[in-house]
Amino acid sequence: MPEGIAEGIGASVRRKEDRKFITGRGRYTDDINRAGQLHAFFVRSDVAHAKIKSVDIKKAAAMDGVAAVYTGQDIADDGVGGLICGWVVPNRDGSATHEPPHPILAKDKVRYVGDHVAMVVADSLATAQAAAELVNVTYETLPAVVDLASAATAAEIHDGMANNTYFDWELGDEAATADAFSKAKHVVSATLRNNRLIPNAVEPRAAVAEYDHIADSYVLHSTTQNPHLLRLVICAFVLNIPESKMQIVAPDVGGGFGSKIYLYAEEACCTWAAKKLRRPIKWTADRTQAFLSDAHGRDHINKVQMALDDNNKIIGLRVDTLANLGGYLSAFAVVTPTYLHGTLLSGCYAIPAIYTNVKGMATTTAPVDAYRGAGRPEATFLLERMMNIAAAEIGMDPAEFRRINFIPKDAFPYQTAVALQYDIGDYEAPLDRALEMIDYKGFESRRAEAAKRGKYRGIGLSSYIEACGIAPSAVVGALGGRVGLYESAVVRVDPTGTVSVFTGAHSHGQGHDTTFAQIVADKLGIPLANVEIVHGDTNRIPFGMGTYGSRSLAVGGTAISKAVDKVIEKGKIIAAHMLEAADSDMEFKDGKFAVAGTDKEKSFGEIALSAYVPHNFPHDRLEPGLEETAFYDPLNFTYPSGTHIAEVEIDPATGVVTLVDWACCDDFGNLINPMIVEGQVHGGIAQGVGQALLENAHYDENGQLLTASYMDYCMPRADNFPSLQVDYTVTACTHNDLGVKGCGEAGAIASPPALINAVVDALSPLGVTDMTMPASPEKVWRAIQNAQTKAAE
Amino acid sequence: MYATDYVKAADVADAAAKLAAADDGKLLAGGQTLLPTLKQRLASPDKLIDLAGCGLSSISKSGDAIKIGAMTCHADVANHKDVAAANPGLASLAGGIGDRQVRNCGTIGGSVANNDPAACYPAAVLALGGTIHTSKRDIAAEDFFVGMFETALDEDEIITAVTLPTPQKSAYIKFPNPASRYAMVGVFVAQFADGVRVAVTGAGEDGVFRASDIEAALTAKFDAASLDGMTMSEDGLMGDIHASPAYRAHLIVEMARRAVAAC
Amino acid sequence: MPTVSMKVNGQSVSHDVADNTLLVTFLRETLGLTGTHIGCDTSQCGACVIHVNGASVKSCTMLAAQANGADVTTIEGIANGDELHPMQQAFHENHGLQCGFCTPGMIMSAIELVETNKNLSEQDIREGLEGNICRCTGYHNIVKSVQDAAQKMGG
Repeated sequence: MPEGIAEGIGASVRRKEDRKFITGRGRYTDDINRAGQLHAFFVRSDVAHAKIKSVDIKKAAAMDGVAAVYTGQDIADDGVGGLICGWVVPNRDGSATHEPPHPILAKDKVRYVGDHVAMVVADSLATAQAAAELVNVTYETLPAVVDLASAATAAEIHDGMANNTYFDWELGDEAATADAFSKAKHVVSATLRNNRLIPNAVEPRAAVAEYDHIADSYVLHSTTQNPHLLRLVICAFVLNIPESKMQIVAPDVGGGFGSKIYLYAEEACCTWAAKKLRRPIKWTADRTQAFLSDAHGRDHINKVQMALDDNNKIIGLRVDTLANLGGYLSAFAVVTPTYLHGTLLSGCYAIPAIYTNVKGMATTTAPVDAYRGAGRPEATFLLERMMNIAAAEIGMDPAEFRRINFIPKDAFPYQTAVALQYDIGDYEAPLDRALEMIDYKGFESRRAEAAKRGKYRGIGLSSYIEACGIAPSAVVGALGGRVGLYESAVVRVDPTGTVSVFTGAHSHGQGHDTTFAQIVADKLGIPLANVEIVHGDTNRIPFGMGTYGSRSLAVGGTAISKAVDKVIEKGKIIAAHMLEAADSDMEFKDGKFAVAGTDKEKSFGEIALSAYVPHNFPHDRLEPGLEETAFYDPLNFTYPSGTHIAEVEIDPATGVVTLVDWACCDDFGNLINPMIVEGQVHGGIAQGVGQALLENAHYDENGQLLTASYMDYCMPRADNFPSLQVDYTVTACTHNDLGVKGCGEAGAIASPPALINAVVDALSPLGVTDMTMPASPEKVWRAIQNAQTKAAE
Repeated sequence: MYATDYVKAADVADAAAKLAAADDGKLLAGGQTLLPTLKQRLASPDKLIDLAGCGLSSISKSGDAIKIGAMTCHADVANHKDVAAANPGLASLAGGIGDRQVRNCGTIGGSVANNDPAACYPAAVLALGGTIHTSKRDIAAEDFFVGMFETALDEDEIITAVTLPTPQKSAYIKFPNPASRYAMVGVFVAQFADGVRVAVTGAGEDGVFRASDIEAALTAKFDAASLDGMTMSEDGLMGDIHASPAYRAHLIVEMARRAVAAC
Repeated sequence: MPTVSMKVNGQSVSHDVADNTLLVTFLRETLGLTGTHIGCDTSQCGACVIHVNGASVKSCTMLAAQANGADVTTIEGIANGDELHPMQQAFHENHGLQCGFCTPGMIMSAIELVETNKNLSEQDIREGLEGNICRCTGYHNIVKSVQDAAQKMGG
């Protein structure tokens, strides 16, 4: 580690937050208990699609220890609002997204297995669960709608919503794209499926709701990724509570990956019932409930066409997407397959004409929303598969085909055909580095060596870009977003010179306590130990938008940086006064305010003390104290990019795919803590490999989730991976102070197509040209069998 | 979990008496299947009779067989040097069940009594022609495994030990379900002086079974190549979202081939 | 309700609990040792791994009554005062944790793995952690942590 940055920006500082976790002193929501608390258990629909004829709660309510049993009727009678959609898009015909009601307890109809039908509150969880079994729900069953491809013509799920279509959206220039195809030398077509996933943060969702009837106020502890947004939605749209009367605390949260962004029915019900019963109410999901009712991810069918000219340059791309959004619209279900998907279809490539149409479809399955990457993995998968399919069809090396189509590094800022303007990038550098790391040139000899052992070896690339650090509020608003996407920070300097930072970003594994502290310590020239990061509590933080979309550092970190700048500016004025110098002569460096060119200086600590003990203080110009707030609303998305390369071996006798090597080179802009960044990359890759090789949410034709436990939903484990090679190149983001871009989702975005490209490459000598995700053993074995049968014919 | 009474039996006779006295008693061995079942409220026994204090944890080698007490955990079987020397297939089978934590608790008696169609132990017991010793009698493996989750045990009968003859060679190869890591197909191959015995778990609709065609081929010549070109019928094989009957049929031959190669 | 007595992290404890109380519930709810976590219903995630008489077990798959008389160690009991166990220290040094939820179980499994196996290869470690699911780290730094700790623990 270079001297001088042992704790500052660029140093792999060990995490400040680790100690509580490795000693078992973390405090997660389920670790919290309140005197007199009751326990909630939810009666969930066991049918996919049905009218509710009756809900008989008599036996359950009469059971010893049961405090109350609530139904959708109770919720409706109390005027409780439904869950809302945070972003809508216009339809192609100019009409609006169809937003059917999403009650927190179903009243007339259920729309997926796991839908909430009644809430039992009792003095113990065991009693609540036993009473829930006595709630007798009579259903009039309706046909389940499970198959995405035929959902438009299946049974109507929401009254008056034609073709089970929530929205029918488009982006890009259809005529220009058609024109490009008419001039194309090659047209490459494929249908590509993006499989459905279940996020599976290892900590299940939980809530502890409290109501103080004297103050008429609430405290809700929740496993949320963004407490303020949760407060806004639950107060303004669901329970009609003044925000000032609601404190939301997200204590330690055990992973989120998108699934803990949204307000869920259970939290709203517990909060509502806490007032009704004037008792704290606790609810913790078990894993089965998590599988059934956490928002799922992905689940697209894409018809893709790519047009190439005589020089093998891509001149047009058309993508028609069906996105499965489930039985209700979750909060960001609409933006995920649209503006977070369609805008990414240019990838790293100079594609002059792109058109995409996305239909958001209802099915009688759990709601689908953002999951690590949110739209961008889906876009990257189809584009990076197409790059390989096209390269194979024209007989060109896939790395070379990418290279000749990259946006050149001198072409930035680059306006894509799908709305985004990339500020900066250099896509060849990480491609070259990743090719070198994996020894791309030596691959054919490794393939031959594997063949001698009876194995098929394959290599696959993916050169991705993502738009993250979301984002400029004005742009978001213009595109149908109903929230702002700035971030806030308060930097409070104490009289003794220690610093507390209050951030609206929320850490649930990302290491903000350390990374954010490094920024502050570095800028103020103070020890890391003197900086505390506070997050996850609406009563302590001004307002915040939470953590998702790889935004915490680029947006939240920049807000902190700006608040620190304000502290320094104020400090300069105080120091100038004390040193009897002009403001303009003051410099701040290495923790000292100095008069330029002299040895006159005041330490940061002296200025802090002076701000709170203002005996010699510029009272005519400043208020005492040293605390600054900054809200930062970015000018643009940030655009991390890079190349990931997977190498696999396939056992033809079983179809088992073994991941044998992984090399990646990412451009995240400047790195604050490379150790933490690398950990984010590892985790993202593992989730992407999970999608490509192992994971799949499977509903049967009746809408029953067959993969509702770890017995059937295949979670990646340690022995599914080799050691991962990770490296970086840097082009600094041009529009934030830190030059950072974000790293949380990159691995999950880049990795699935790299892996599938490697699998297809391994099987390509047999004539195999495609493989759906996950590349499970039987599927791969059958592909080999079919290829061999075909070859024999 | 539903309410239940837990009692610890002093010995096998005590356990049998307590089991007989209960309305719907269940024996608690390692609990690695029973407790998850109870947690999911899929069973509601009024009594759980813990066998941990009955002195049933032991491994002894006598002549041409190994006798394993019913409450011996998988880790102890996997790590026992006599087992590894005499019956390497058995040691590797025990060392591959579940995960380390399951192997520290789960027992051979519990596994055999439960007869889960995807459990590993039934394959060893059947392939080795083992004998199940109970509180009442000795039962030959052939007669013991009746069907999926079904055995020849009477309701009040308790497994005390399992005796497994020592083969000349043995190996067990499991193709795990990628999610649960139970056997999607597990094949135990045991070569004895009078022939080869092969049992398959994870694949049969009725649970563990002997693969007679494979046995015949290997008895004729104990060589993986003896199975070249052999196909299994998919009749009676399980199909689920992880593997079709046809794929399982293919894997049986393939795992058998690998087991022979590993012998 | 019957009485269950055991030694937990070196201290004798004795409480009356219902017979169907799981050991993990006894630790978390009765003793307030919330470092042991629950992440699944099917004994697969490993967030609840502790040591019972020195062996790693899933405390969600054992009744408190079964541990009557046993010597139990949880994540709260492995450090020596302020001095971290080498495995805890290694997880910190090698960034072997992110959200921290799987970490206690992962550390408890890893300690037993290292204590019972000398000369662990990388593959041994990966297979030895089969019973613990982590969604954050991709396991890369967990494996590095265990390798590091194995050296320090004299493996």
